Amino acid sequence: MEQFYVFLQQMVNGLSLGSIYALIALGYTMVYGIIKLINFAHGDIYMVGAFVGYFAVNYLHLGFLGALGVAMAVCVVLGILIERIAYKPLRNATRIAALITAIGVSFLLEYTTVFALGAQSRAFPEVLSNVRIGLFGNKVFVTNKELLIYGVTLVLMILLQFIVKKTKTGKAMRAVAFDREAAMLMGVNIDNTISATFALGSALAGAAGVLVGIYYSAISPLMGVNPGLKAFVAAVLGGIGSIPGAALGGVVMGVIETMVIAYGQSTYRDAVAFAILIIILIIKPSGIFGSNAREKV
Amino acid sequence: MALLEVNNVSKVFGGLSAVTNLKMKLGAGELVGLIGPNGAGKTTVFNLLTGVYQTTAGDIVFDGKNIAGKKPSAINQMGIARTFQNIRLFSDLSVLDNVRIAYHSHVAYKLPSAIFRFGSFYAEEEKMKARAIELLKIFHLDGKKDEIAKNLPYGEQRRLEIARALATEPKFLLLDEPAAGMNPQETAELMNLIRWIRDHFELTILLIEHDMSLVMGCCERIYVLEYGRVIAHGDPETVKHNPKVIEAYLGEEVTYA
Amino acid sequence: MKRLLTRQNMIIAAVLLAVYLIVQTLLSVGIISAFYETNLVLGGIGVIMAVSLNLITGFAGQFTLGHAGFMAIGAYFSAVMTVKWGMPFVLALLGGSCLAAVMGFLIGLPTLRLKGDYLAIATLGMGEVIRVVLLNTKYVGGAAGLFGIPRLTNWTWIFVSAVVTVLCIRNLLWSSYGRACISVREDEVAAEIMGVDITRYKVLAFVVGAFFAGLGGGLYAHYYYFLQPGGFGFMKSIEYLVMVVLGGMGSMTGSVMAALALTVINIFLQSYAAIRMILYALLLIVIMIFRPEGLMGSKEFSSAMFSRFERRGDRGSAGGQ
Ligand SMILES: Nc1ncnc2c1ncn2[C@@H]1O[C@H](COP(=O)(O)OP(=O)(O)O)[C@@H](O)[C@H]1O
Ligand SMILES: [Mg+2]
Repeated sequence: MEQFYVFLQQMVNGLSLGSIYALIALGYTMVYGIIKLINFAHGDIYMVGAFVGYFAVNYLHLGFLGALGVAMAVCVVLGILIERIAYKPLRNATRIAALITAIGVSFLLEYTTVFALGAQSRAFPEVLSNVRIGLFGNKVFVTNKELLIYGVTLVLMILLQFIVKKTKTGKAMRAVAFDREAAMLMGVNIDNTISATFALGSALAGAAGVLVGIYYSAISPLMGVNPGLKAFVAAVLGGIGSIPGAALGGVVMGVIETMVIAYGQSTYRDAVAFAILIIILIIKPSGIFGSNAREKV
Repeated sequence: MALLEVNNVSKVFGGLSAVTNLKMKLGAGELVGLIGPNGAGKTTVFNLLTGVYQTTAGDIVFDGKNIAGKKPSAINQMGIARTFQNIRLFSDLSVLDNVRIAYHSHVAYKLPSAIFRFGSFYAEEEKMKARAIELLKIFHLDGKKDEIAKNLPYGEQRRLEIARALATEPKFLLLDEPAAGMNPQETAELMNLIRWIRDHFELTILLIEHDMSLVMGCCERIYVLEYGRVIAHGDPETVKHNPKVIEAYLGEEVTYA
Repeated sequence: MKRLLTRQNMIIAAVLLAVYLIVQTLLSVGIISAFYETNLVLGGIGVIMAVSLNLITGFAGQFTLGHAGFMAIGAYFSAVMTVKWGMPFVLALLGGSCLAAVMGFLIGLPTLRLKGDYLAIATLGMGEVIRVVLLNTKYVGGAAGLFGIPRLTNWTWIFVSAVVTVLCIRNLLWSSYGRACISVREDEVAAEIMGVDITRYKVLAFVVGAFFAGLGGGLYAHYYYFLQPGGFGFMKSIEYLVMVVLGGMGSMTGSVMAALALTVINIFLQSYAAIRMILYALLLIVIMIFRPEGLMGSKEFSSAMFSRFERRGDRGSAGGQ
């Protein structure tokens, strides 16, 4: 029974980490779905979100919601700018060229931040007091921050689902992802739709950045690298291009990673993600919800 | 014995039957046409014969061996070569390299001898180059051997594709709409060239063509495909007067004389 | 044999020998300081790494982000061979290279079925897995690192290794095997239909590339006295990718020149790590947007020295004429 509670406690922790991965993974999956690009810079947008949150609290003296809003807004602008300046000129270039550019953008964000703010990590200001809530007769604890992460993630996902399914922009996004040529013929504005996709994905990443700052209380210019890669793995796991897939994949990745730390060796936590990735790519590259198409000759 | 036997082959994509119960038999040295309206499944047949797609049902026997499950490269090495309806040259490479790459299965030196340049490396390379140029001469492309393939005019690109296919030294050559985009004079020249190639290289040729006059004038036997099924087959005269064929082509521009 | 002794080849050999001797003399009389010697070594390793990566990514068209992983294997294994098993340096270098090649084969066979960006991520993951495994292997010092490696790498080793690497990869490329690799990059379907077993040639490029990356690692290990898994992460792979991209994917001479040029630039940016990375990032973005084929494209630099690298059109019959 004790063991079961330990397991449950790890699930609680894993779900928080998984929620954050899920939020980042959504951006990867949407961008990949629409322009077939692994946006390497996506993890760094999440980092920028965390820093904007940091400054919003420390200098603008905003509370949690204010910081979240400002971070999301700044990330939206950043995401759109990156797409317009760096990726748009390469829409008809080879996949490798676009990917190299994305790697370049990622490094640019990381090291501009290092240059401007220093490489050391900073303490994220305490915007919320710590409250621990005991469950099962105080055998398992969940904190108010964890509840906040679950809540915000859930709300944002529902909002995203609504935008994608019900709004005109969302329909345009799906149309472009399905067949860009056809969508263009139908009068969809491709440029705006792609911008909207980057905007949505970046907003979610920005939110994830603030949540992580609050949860782990430390942020640094390179904090986006590993979560970015793991969120990408999550997107692949769920089936790249699939929104529910990214959400599920993120949660699964977070839980697995937490379990590896709890029951195995924490030094292997990063390797596990990649091992999972290589296995999925080899066994079922289309992921859980994805579909596969072969090139027509 | 037939060189190629296609036994009740079907191919389904998702729910769509692109080819249904196809039976074909080609003897060595034949020049056979495969015609049919757009979307009839002709290119799919080529993709099945060359291993680009796996059959859903039925089997394909080439030269006495079943090709099921074989990789396209292995099938090519058995002696089947093809061209593509949409030209697929190595477009950033030179004309000569396009042909030399296709000779690659016949190269007699091993990797170490390439890296350390011993043994027969130089002799083999020169032999290969000479053969490639000889082949290019047939297609009047030898003067352009150093040009980048994508810079050739369209008709020459089509001819280069045939030259490249021949460089793999096949027994059986599949040509997918070789005259597409050519003017009547080029088409007529190509027809003669195809017959000449067949005789000179002792090949069996299966040819997809939209231009009926080319097929009628060139092929000895014709299969007509519609909705993935063979609706008629025989010599050009018989096929031409088959009511099903006339019906299938009704509404399409009938270009045969 | 006669074909190897052409006038051109003699000139190249003479120039190479002269470069070697001049630098060697300057080193031994102390005109080239230790600081610049380090950069010579780094430049040579850069050449080896960039040319071998270019074989995989530029010529065979397989985008990999795990090249530093192969370097790590070569570095660690060769160090183990000299430090723990007391083997001679040559054998250690060869051993490290061979183990890297074996890993290249084992990893390449399953992952090379993946296309483009999926392959990139899988190889990135592979590099990280290698790093984490090293981090957790007590035998090679784990996170603390492997210490006490003798400094055996010197200018002579670097020079000979770089020349051998360039020559071997060049000879491979300018042969039927190399053309088969290039055809895979150009059009996989067409290549297969022309009888090229694409998996085989992808793996070939991967294995040969990994072999020479392993050599680069072995040389690196025996210059710096100690190794740490962190030194062979994603960043290191990117550093070499920048060289390949800058020089031109599909240009050997481009890679050589870019490796040397970036080494020189690094000398100036030694104490500005962040600026260096920003510069790398901008280089990648700007090159991709304005000149995606890199400075040299797929052309080879030719002058008296490099005229062995003939124009594309004569690939394969080059060298002997
Ligand atoms: N890879 C594929 N996936 C799905 N459908 C395909 C594929 N290849 C061909 N088809 C379908 O099969 C049918 C026959 O196509 P094709 O063989 O190209 O016709 P043809 O060459 O006679 O014009 C068409 O309806 C086409 O859309
Ligand atoms: Mg067709």
